[in-house]
Amino acid sequence: MIKHHKTLATHWVPWLQGVLYILLTGYAIVTLLPFLWALSASFKPLSEIVSGEPNLLPHQFTLDNYRQIFFREPLFVRWLLNSLVIAVSVTLCNLLFNSMAGYALARLRFRGRQAWFFLILAVLAIPAQVTLIPTFLILKAFGWLNSYQGMIVPGMVNATFIFMMRQFFINFPKELEEAAQLDGLGRFGTFRHIVLPLAKPAIAAQTIFVFMGSWNNFLLPVVILFDPEMFTLPLGLNSFKGQYISNWNYIMAASMVFTLPALAIYAFFNRYFIEGVTFTGGKG
Amino acid sequence: MVLPILYAVFLSFHKVQLLGGIAYEFVGLRNFVRLVTDDRVWIALRNTVEYVAIVVPTQTLLALALAVTLNAGIRGKTVWRVLYFLPTVTSSAVLTLIFMWIYNTNGLLNDMLAFLGLPTYNWIGNPTIALRSIMIMNIWSTAPFFMVIYLAALQDIPRSVYEAAELDGASHWQQLVHVTIPMLKPVTFFVVAMGMIGTFQLFDQSYIFSGGTGGPNNATLTVVLLIYQAVFRNLQMGYAAAIAFLLAAVIITVTLIQRRWFGGDRD
Repeated sequence: MIKHHKTLATHWVPWLQGVLYILLTGYAIVTLLPFLWALSASFKPLSEIVSGEPNLLPHQFTLDNYRQIFFREPLFVRWLLNSLVIAVSVTLCNLLFNSMAGYALARLRFRGRQAWFFLILAVLAIPAQVTLIPTFLILKAFGWLNSYQGMIVPGMVNATFIFMMRQFFINFPKELEEAAQLDGLGRFGTFRHIVLPLAKPAIAAQTIFVFMGSWNNFLLPVVILFDPEMFTLPLGLNSFKGQYISNWNYIMAASMVFTLPALAIYAFFNRYFIEGVTFTGGKG
Repeated sequence: MVLPILYAVFLSFHKVQLLGGIAYEFVGLRNFVRLVTDDRVWIALRNTVEYVAIVVPTQTLLALALAVTLNAGIRGKTVWRVLYFLPTVTSSAVLTLIFMWIYNTNGLLNDMLAFLGLPTYNWIGNPTIALRSIMIMNIWSTAPFFMVIYLAALQDIPRSVYEAAELDGASHWQQLVHVTIPMLKPVTFFVVAMGMIGTFQLFDQSYIFSGGTGGPNNATLTVVLLIYQAVFRNLQMGYAAAIAFLLAAVIITVTLIQRRWFGGDRD
């Protein structure tokens, strides 16, 4: 891969390459500026923000905004915890169920396998909004509105990732499994000791997507959570907006706290993330 | 997963009363007939289609341009890629709040426009601009995701194809138009299909932008926001389910048309 770029690069006229770098830098600024601007606002006192001065480095650096949301805002920490509990549980359930379902669809011979597979494809084609109202009514009937299980159970499995795992397992070398079976490992043992460890990249990609999806989800919580105690962070942030109409310093500090875990996961798993995107995309 | 879909079908043919328990009254096709005569459905549909029609081509082109540029022997490709990808991993709620603040009448964007001597706008409050503001924001945040897909696909194009093109005296531009873009056709199908599915479901940004109303003057009212309002403002579950099926029908139809259009190469 690297060699290929070197050869290509030699064909570019130097000034043209300079133009490319300028374009890329320009776009990088466009990408980063909103984040940096928000980050800088989270360390500024409100007076400095409303003064309208376009300074990226705060004149009066302050941690007051963070102190405000963590210590004087009674619900912020609660929202953070709610988001964490829900995102972690949803991720664990998805990993377990999607991987098993994907493996079953790819490998096991059982009656109606094709039918199940088509069912999953059909579910993929139906937008989430169609099932939103039934989900709401079902959760209401169970008395699960405003609860963790109400947020977790509807998101426990995901057709997209069952499909992705199936594609992965179909391409998985069968010989390895057969060898394991000869060595006396059962179906489940093979899955646990041979298949799962080798499926790491697909699983890592799935982890990231599911976690991010749950962490950033807005539609489901806005529909089923209305007790501020149970809000997840995106909802909490939105209610912040109503509460502190123009206190952008608090809103930006809260936004930064909320973005941090997602960024950390992204930084940590960056390689898998890209692999995952290309896996669901190019080879799907 | 399937049960809620069947339940949704059932709902769409009923009038649902939510007082105390749940009571259903069979109304046949009345919910669907109402769809056709409801002005707000048409406004929401028009807004959503306009949004899709502008955002999908723009973000696809931008993604392709970024990927091709990054692939043209640029140093530090990973760093650029990581950097560009940031908006994709950030929550839509956070991005929308950051942008609302930048879009503020005396926010950063207007400051910069004024500095450059360009006209300033009321990005959030002006009905003719508000939807555009959301478009700009979402093109900015989703293009990098598709850029990564394009970038991966570019690695799969065999070097020999370019060498052959070069021997035939094709310029860089000709190679891009006659080799790269045709070879990327299946990926473009995927990118456009995913882009359309995502954009048709626009909700978070409109909801936060307008505080859930779809304002100003219905300018940011999308189909999903309308579904939400039908359920939680007007408590019309059956009607909301009917709107949801309208959306599903539109998405599936458009995807099928697009598949035919692209010749359905791979998918």
